[in-house]
Amino acid sequence: MRESIIMKIHYGTALGAVALVAVHILMRMSQKFSDSLQYQNVIANYHFLPYALMLEVLLILLSVHGFNGLRVILLELKQGSTYEKMINYGSLAAMAILIAYGSRTILMAGMGVS
Amino acid sequence: MAVVAVPKPSEESKTKITGQPNTITLRISRSNPSEGQEAAFSEFQIPVQKWTTVLEAILYVKQNFDHSVAVRYSCRQASCGSCGMKINGKPALACYTKISELNSNVVTVEPMNNFPIIRDLAVDFKQLISNHKKMKPFIIREDSEVTPESKEFIQTPQDLEKYLQFSYCIKCGLCNSACPTMATDTSFIGPQGLAQAYRYVADNRDKGKDERLKIVDDSHGIWRCHFAGSCSQVCPKGVDPAMAIQLLRGYLLGFRK
Repeated sequence: MRESIIMKIHYGTALGAVALVAVHILMRMSQKFSDSLQYQNVIANYHFLPYALMLEVLLILLSVHGFNGLRVILLELKQGSTYEKMINYGSLAAMAILIAYGSRTILMAGMGVS
Repeated sequence: MAVVAVPKPSEESKTKITGQPNTITLRISRSNPSEGQEAAFSEFQIPVQKWTTVLEAILYVKQNFDHSVAVRYSCRQASCGSCGMKINGKPALACYTKISELNSNVVTVEPMNNFPIIRDLAVDFKQLISNHKKMKPFIIREDSEVTPESKEFIQTPQDLEKYLQFSYCIKCGLCNSACPTMATDTSFIGPQGLAQAYRYVADNRDKGKDERLKIVDDSHGIWRCHFAGSCSQVCPKGVDPAMAIQLLRGYLLGFRK
């Protein structure tokens, strides 16, 4: 993939994440902060499908943006074709693993499995 | 008849004009990596006038104290880009920096950062020149204005304005030396190469935009610039590579056509 496409994704995910994190924080402010962290309230968030979907999207945006950012930093630290391949595939794998693990949490909480 | 009164020089300026030249300490970084010699400073006391440049001070050392000091220079008028070095910690052209401007009695000269050192103040420009060549620094198009049936390619002053400042680059390497990305990413094209890519992309006679954009759109290309802006700050010719990089990014992001 061309670097410009990757960077467009990088900037896009940053903008998307900022918007969704803002929604996420505003939702916390709809009640007292300590109440928003009560077990029942947290579980209720996952049972509310639109909010659970938003969390899933937020997870994807942050994983893609974060691991691509890390990839960029690591590419600037050291060079070499084997190292760069390792970093590129490693960050893709890390993104996939984090998204899979986070999605599992969202799904399990949404379905009431603890 | 108008009478022009010549102002009397003050006591201070009298001393400057008629008095003995000041003496400064010139510290020159000496190293020879090919022989495993680590960098160490040699110090020399140099008489300077208010117009003495750093290059002249170095040449004074070569003439009077130590002829083995390695320094690259040529035109002595900021046109050739040969005498780039770190002067009191900042990348600058030695021929274009007056000692009186530095406001210091101790002047330290070191080889530029981000370049392999050949010896003392002379650095290897191989990577800079190769990156410059990679940018295809010439007008690319099928037809030519030199064939008999062709005409001169017309440009308006506005067309010229788009790239003119970037064509002033003298390849002195100061921008690459000041670039923080170049310090860690040895494969980075660098501000010099990227600014030259923009110079030709912005030229309306050129048809090689897509070719050049492909070259700079690399994992060690245009996206690795953090817009620190130090490249533009140190350029002795007033070129703004940081701006060129941002404008070039505009083409890749689709903001510019």
